[in-house]
Amino acid sequence: MLRYIALIVAFILLFTVFAFGLFNDPRKLPSPFLGEQAPVFELPSLTEPGRLVGSADYAGKPALVNVWATWCVGCRQEHGFLLQLAATGAIPIYGINWRDNRPEALSWIQQLGDPYDFSAFDEDGRVGIDWGVYGAPETFLINAEGIVLHKHLGPLTAVIWERDFVPLLEAGGPSS
Amino acid sequence: MRFLIASLLLVVAAPLAFAIDTDKAFDDPELQARYEAIIEEVRCLKCQNQSIKDSNAFLASDLRREIRRMLDEGKTDAEVYDFLVARYGEFALYRPRMSGKTLVLWIAPVALLIAGAFLLVNIVRGRMSMPIDDDAAGQE
Repeated sequence: MLRYIALIVAFILLFTVFAFGLFNDPRKLPSPFLGEQAPVFELPSLTEPGRLVGSADYAGKPALVNVWATWCVGCRQEHGFLLQLAATGAIPIYGINWRDNRPEALSWIQQLGDPYDFSAFDEDGRVGIDWGVYGAPETFLINAEGIVLHKHLGPLTAVIWERDFVPLLEAGGPSS
Repeated sequence: MRFLIASLLLVVAAPLAFAIDTDKAFDDPELQARYEAIIEEVRCLKCQNQSIKDSNAFLASDLRREIRRMLDEGKTDAEVYDFLVARYGEFALYRPRMSGKTLVLWIAPVALLIAGAFLLVNIVRGRMSMPIDDDAAGQE
């Protein structure tokens, strides 16, 4: 009897481990910045190359930092939603234009619309590395104290926004 | 035949042509050796089963550039690894360091091996005490 119970327990244990492994996407890495202070940065603005923009511009306010590039298909997918979100005024959106080409990025913004309060132009990807970015689009929710509450990988949609961001924004605490 | 040998050699040699980062980064051979050792230990986050040494993703080349810069500045290997882990987590390293979060990775294989050995010994012992043939069965 004991032997069968042991077998069943072992089976359930293994089943759980395998199910966890199977349904966890290894491409979605948890950010080490969750619950921690967001990295600071300062870069030339995409639209006004002479002007430096950065984390100082949103210090003390909640902010959404969105890493995007014109070569990134997911960024195009989420662009419409970012425009909608910017229009509601729920939260200011700051772009990090990652590893991109300035003329293409500028024409993207002219043609598709600009949801960003600013886009910082991270040409060589150094700021991206500081943020632990490994694939655009990535979106960070930062509270007024500068703590990263949530990081979303892949295109943002209204459903994901309502489910993952809005409750955190209302509560102001970290996501895990 | 000669053609066959030549084509076989070509097949064997072809992967060598795909080595991505073949440029000498440092004049100092010791620094170059450290650099090559490090980039083999770092996972390319974009193409997860390659090291940044083998990957031509731009993220891998950016990370190689940052590592070169840090080594140039005289940073130690540990400082380079700390830099990467602080940004990408232990997952960035092919051999995550021992810490509270990664303890289970290090302990689990040993623990499972010991548990398996224990189970095996138990089963074998149990069978050893079993009667060898049916005739002997009634006598115990």
